[in-house]
Amino acid sequence: MNSKMRIIVNEHMDAIIEQWIELMKEEKGERFFHFMPQHLVEKTSREFTTLMTSNITEGESALNNERLDDFTEKVIRFGWSIKFVNKAIDNFAAVVFEMLEDEEVITEQNLRIFMGVFTGWINPLRESIIEAYSIKWEQTDTLQKVALQELSASLIPVVDKVSIMPLVGTIDTERAKLIMENLLEGVVQQRAEVVLLDITGVPVVDTMVAHHIIQAADAVRLVGAKCMLVGIRPEIAQTIVALGINLSDFTTTSTLRRGMQEALSLTNREIVEVE
Amino acid sequence: MSNRSSVEIFTEWDIVAARQLGRNEAKNSGFGTVDQARITTAISELARNIYLYAGKGKIEIERLSTDGMKGMTIIASDEGPGIPDLRRVMEDGFSTSGGLGAGMPGVKRLMDDFKVESEVGKGTIITATKWLR
Repeated sequence: MNSKMRIIVNEHMDAIIEQWIELMKEEKGERFFHFMPQHLVEKTSREFTTLMTSNITEGESALNNERLDDFTEKVIRFGWSIKFVNKAIDNFAAVVFEMLEDEEVITEQNLRIFMGVFTGWINPLRESIIEAYSIKWEQTDTLQKVALQELSASLIPVVDKVSIMPLVGTIDTERAKLIMENLLEGVVQQRAEVVLLDITGVPVVDTMVAHHIIQAADAVRLVGAKCMLVGIRPEIAQTIVALGINLSDFTTTSTLRRGMQEALSLTNREIVEVE
Repeated sequence: MSNRSSVEIFTEWDIVAARQLGRNEAKNSGFGTVDQARITTAISELARNIYLYAGKGKIEIERLSTDGMKGMTIIASDEGPGIPDLRRVMEDGFSTSGGLGAGMPGVKRLMDDFKVESEVGKGTIITATKWLR
């Protein structure tokens, strides 16, 4: 049964591809088949269909994991969305099925058997594609989390005895821990006497964020430095007051610049213009 | 209803999602930056309470328009353990989790109307409204 199907599919490959491309052109929302140069569409389609048929044209033994991995890797490289790939597989199966019916390879008598052959052919391909896509997304997700962690909270020594930690983005429990660690380690290492915590880039200061900041400042005091909170925007100032958060133990300023001046005067220095 | 949208709270990142939704809705309703910050912070507090104490719940945001008054309502609902002593929760500095204890009274001050319904063992619904002036 398979060998017969294999021969027929191989013979009619060109017609199948042509029909399949026509079907794919009707799909809305995907620009690939409309805006790519014709020869590229041709080449990619041929590649895709060859991949699709490889496990029937080359016999059943060809369908092993290695082949499947190879297939999915190549399909992903086409850059299609998963929905589109799914549609492509559907359309391809439909075209092949129709062709086999026209050639009378599939008749009413053996329909049931062919359904089985078809499912055994199409389903592993589809499953492996979906799996490969989700693995790819998971990887991106992890990478982004790592990237986010890398850019969060570094303590920068700007001048002798003064360091700045600019905070950007949302502060969750995990980041708060990281901030605390980096802050304390940095203060000791850089021998900072004043640390400026800059919250210009923090969109929301709620009680949890405030709590973390207060704790961090307390810890900094314990290692012998002074912590200042800078970059408090007017609307943040109002919400802090409304929440009733007590920041009176801190020196706070609206901008980093004024914080810097304050920090210098605390360490008995100032910026002077030279002639 | 089209003027109502919601975010389910399961993880800490859902708090951010709820906040984002609130900020956008507030902006679209015509609130200024200060009120946007107030609403966003209030959502942040309520969503965090759900995450911390109930584990899961929902933040709903509804745009209001009655008698020529426009505004926004935040509805935070959960099926958590409930609040045994409402009066103490509204006191500044009371916290069962080692926090600042400013969340609930803070939300009340940030918003115009504030209502808590809670039943021990059943859950909590908090409704807070801000009117556009």
